[in-house]
Amino acid sequence: MQRDYSGVITKIDSIAAKVYADLEKAEIPALQLSTRTKANIRFDDDLNVWKYGKNKTERAANSLDGAYMLLRTMYLVDFIKDMIKEKKSSTLRETYYISEGWNLAKFSSQNESDLLAEDLEVITGCMREDFKLRPEEDGARVIGNLVVEEMTRNNTKKKIHCQDDVGDSGYGIPYNVEKEKLSFKEVDADFIVAIETGGMFDRLVENGFDTDSRAILVHLKGQPARSTRRFIKRLNEEKKLPVLVFTDCDPWSFRIFGSVAYGAIKTAHISEYLATPAAQYLGVTPSDIENYKLPTDTLTTEDVAALKSELEDPRFQDQFWKHEIKLQLNLGKKSEQQALAKYGLDYVTDTYLPEKLSEMGMIKK
Amino acid sequence: MPEAIAYELAKKQKEISVAEFFERNKHILGFGNPTRALITSVKEGVDNALDACEESGILPDIYVELKNQNEEECIVIVEDNGPGIIKQQIPHVFARLLYGSRFHAVRQSRGQQGIGISAVVLYGQLTTGKHAKIISKIQADQPAVLVELAIDTNKNRGEVQHQEIMHWEKPSGTRIEVCLKADYKRGKRFVYEYLQSTSIVNPHARLIFKEADGTEHVFERTADILPKKSEEIKPHPYGVELGTLIKMSKETKARKLASFLKNEFSSMGDRTANAVCDEAHLDRNLNPADMSREQFLELYQAFKRVKIMTPPTECLSPIGETLIRRSLKNETQEISPEFIFTASRPASVYSGNPFQVEVGIVYGGNLPKDKAVKILRFANRIPLLFQQGDCAVTTAIASIDWRRYGLDQPSGTGIPIGPAIFLTHVASTQIPYTSESKEAIADIEEIENEIKLAFREVARKVQMHINKKVRRVKTREKFDLITKILPEIAKKSAHMLNKPVPSLEKVITRIMDVVWIEDVVEYEKVRGKPVQTKLNITAGKEPAESGGWIAKSQIMIVNYKGKPQKFNLYALFPKNAVVGEVKPKPTKVTESYIKWSLESIDPTDKIDLFFELAGLNKGDFDENDLYVQNINPTYVIGADKWEGE
Repeated sequence: MQRDYSGVITKIDSIAAKVYADLEKAEIPALQLSTRTKANIRFDDDLNVWKYGKNKTERAANSLDGAYMLLRTMYLVDFIKDMIKEKKSSTLRETYYISEGWNLAKFSSQNESDLLAEDLEVITGCMREDFKLRPEEDGARVIGNLVVEEMTRNNTKKKIHCQDDVGDSGYGIPYNVEKEKLSFKEVDADFIVAIETGGMFDRLVENGFDTDSRAILVHLKGQPARSTRRFIKRLNEEKKLPVLVFTDCDPWSFRIFGSVAYGAIKTAHISEYLATPAAQYLGVTPSDIENYKLPTDTLTTEDVAALKSELEDPRFQDQFWKHEIKLQLNLGKKSEQQALAKYGLDYVTDTYLPEKLSEMGMIKK
Repeated sequence: MPEAIAYELAKKQKEISVAEFFERNKHILGFGNPTRALITSVKEGVDNALDACEESGILPDIYVELKNQNEEECIVIVEDNGPGIIKQQIPHVFARLLYGSRFHAVRQSRGQQGIGISAVVLYGQLTTGKHAKIISKIQADQPAVLVELAIDTNKNRGEVQHQEIMHWEKPSGTRIEVCLKADYKRGKRFVYEYLQSTSIVNPHARLIFKEADGTEHVFERTADILPKKSEEIKPHPYGVELGTLIKMSKETKARKLASFLKNEFSSMGDRTANAVCDEAHLDRNLNPADMSREQFLELYQAFKRVKIMTPPTECLSPIGETLIRRSLKNETQEISPEFIFTASRPASVYSGNPFQVEVGIVYGGNLPKDKAVKILRFANRIPLLFQQGDCAVTTAIASIDWRRYGLDQPSGTGIPIGPAIFLTHVASTQIPYTSESKEAIADIEEIENEIKLAFREVARKVQMHINKKVRRVKTREKFDLITKILPEIAKKSAHMLNKPVPSLEKVITRIMDVVWIEDVVEYEKVRGKPVQTKLNITAGKEPAESGGWIAKSQIMIVNYKGKPQKFNLYALFPKNAVVGEVKPKPTKVTESYIKWSLESIDPTDKIDLFFELAGLNKGDFDENDLYVQNINPTYVIGADKWEGE
């Protein structure tokens, strides 16, 4: 299936046209884009996710940074146009290395080129996939009673059962999970559990939680990649499966939940593609620390700052989060998923998860 | 009946000889150890030589030689081209303590107590038993006289041991040779330092130092003009002690109290003299010779209660900012400093004694960045080498928060750390030393304050210079990059759209958004003309006639603003320079600046200004000091806001 890229090219050209027009009018060339900060995200009632607000940032050539950004933008869009023409794609890391030949426009770190790719998305409303740019292999994993059909690189469709056709490491989510690449076939499960750490994912697999509790287990691998988030969203919407997020108990894990359920601040321009508004937070909650008497570590100053920042974060303003965050600040403690092993290796699957799931109405006692 | 104890005691009481006094107090006089003795001896010799030359209007040529006799002994030779000393006076000048012409005078001079050189002769005699040799010549057509002197320590008198007439090449001059116990190895370095420092604050002197191994160091003269002669003034009532007051009343010719006050003191007019008499409840017509001690005490106390004008300050002879700068520049050539700034305070007064503070800062170059700044202290053109920690100069420097001026200073007090040399010169009719060895200035509040003010002033200049430089460098960097980046952006966007590359001049102008001022100063030697040596030339003379070095200053102004700009530009120049050609025609030329009211400059247009200065040495003026008026100074790179004269 050949994609039509003419719309992307028009949008890319419009960037060049804006800069060119500025120069012709003897005006300082500038591009405008939404400000990508916590202060500039608003809840979109129609889409049910958090999107950028009205604040705009201008990247203008009257500062050195702005001039560099514009020059790099020109090089990057020209490069993307070439890739579209030649039917190639590149990883973000390759793009960074390609810039070695761009003289003054050379990126000084990959972080810069990644950010610029996101800026381009924000300016054009396109997705990075439209630009033929892809991330490194992220290898997030899935195990559960689910059949996916993937378009292989030989252009043949292949069905994969995510329990029977895979080993212990599960099915690896590809970087492209759009319909032309991947579709969901039969599913026989009650809910999805998205898990932060590999250790806990493997524990649930070893204990057979996917079969015993009819769950689809997804490993988030820390802050989840776009494709992982998109995969969860599509599974939630297309197969009507509830999503439960199971993480460590610290401010950084709460942010992982935020990016799954509400949309991340960095990618708020595509929240509607990535976020799953129906996702629920399972644990470990600060209340769990008290209720289950979990082993803890003391909050660092960074942790405390992050928690306080979350109290200001528009995404965390509901009763549940305000209460839990304040509780954690009072406790001054944090805990890990795997701290549950205090009560034995089966405790998480035999006691903790069933109790939490029934509390949330996912299973009956 | 036993004899009264007092008689017993009287048998032990006797006059202490000068030698004994010296022996007990040699540390106070600067002869505490063999190293110090060497330095003090050179210092006393050179100070005398400089004073003698200056008093007779001769540019000093001073030769210092050290000969290392053996481990313990050293011969010190100091020779000058001064007026010489008549034969009869030689024993008094060189071999009699507390004898001198300056002891009673209220004026700025190097030596004050009259201990100086005789103490060196005495020290030599006490430690080696050898006699001092003096050669003196007072007139070109007369032969020189050689005198060998010893000191009779009981009588405090010089005794001529040997005397002869000899031939000496010099038209006039004095040479002293003393053998003394000294540590040559350790002292040599300090002698060098002392002479180098002396050369900095005495730019009119040429000093030669010959070490024992024959190595010769020459400290060249950098100004061919003698310092302004310091004038003698009468004592000021605020500075006079009761005893001195009584002594003065015995010597005065005045027969009435009011006229005694008027004639013998400075800053005393009819009105003030009468006010003092009234305040002391004393009759103005009282004969001073008939006054009692109690009446003098009344008078003395009344001085403090009456507001009396400060003493005249023209008696002081400061070095001057241009000369300090020039000497510092000359002495720090090897360091190649980034800049030298100086500041000179107006004269001020403490306890009736006029004084004046001058400072200079040498910054950057090869100076170590991680060590405390080097402090050079001078009092009446004498370098102070020891007891830095006890000196008011050090206290004043340490009390300034140098972190504000870009130097390191842990905790915000103390001597700052950084690549700098701080020079301080205090000139006064009476330097308040902490001790007789004259190594440190006492903590007098007024002096400390003036030193602080002077350093703050010079530090501000340093800071302004650095800020200006940083701003210029930043803007230039931006300019360079914009002029490279923008064409690339244009090329790329044109390429993608298949359109011609647009012209960028106006956009670059709008991005720069400044008025750019750049200047350069060059020196041209005017051939076939004598080097101009006088500094005090009044403005307005033809520079072509004066010859020497001509400083040529070129100023370029480019308008990188979007709109035409019209403003006034001021270029400052040193007070002693003479303005030559100025292009275009200036609106005003004063003795310190040139003012142009510039025509409106259109965007991207450039104008050039030019002026010449004569009467300066090469390097006296190597950076323009530019100011703008009638334009927002934040638009301007390369000039500051004109704050008025």
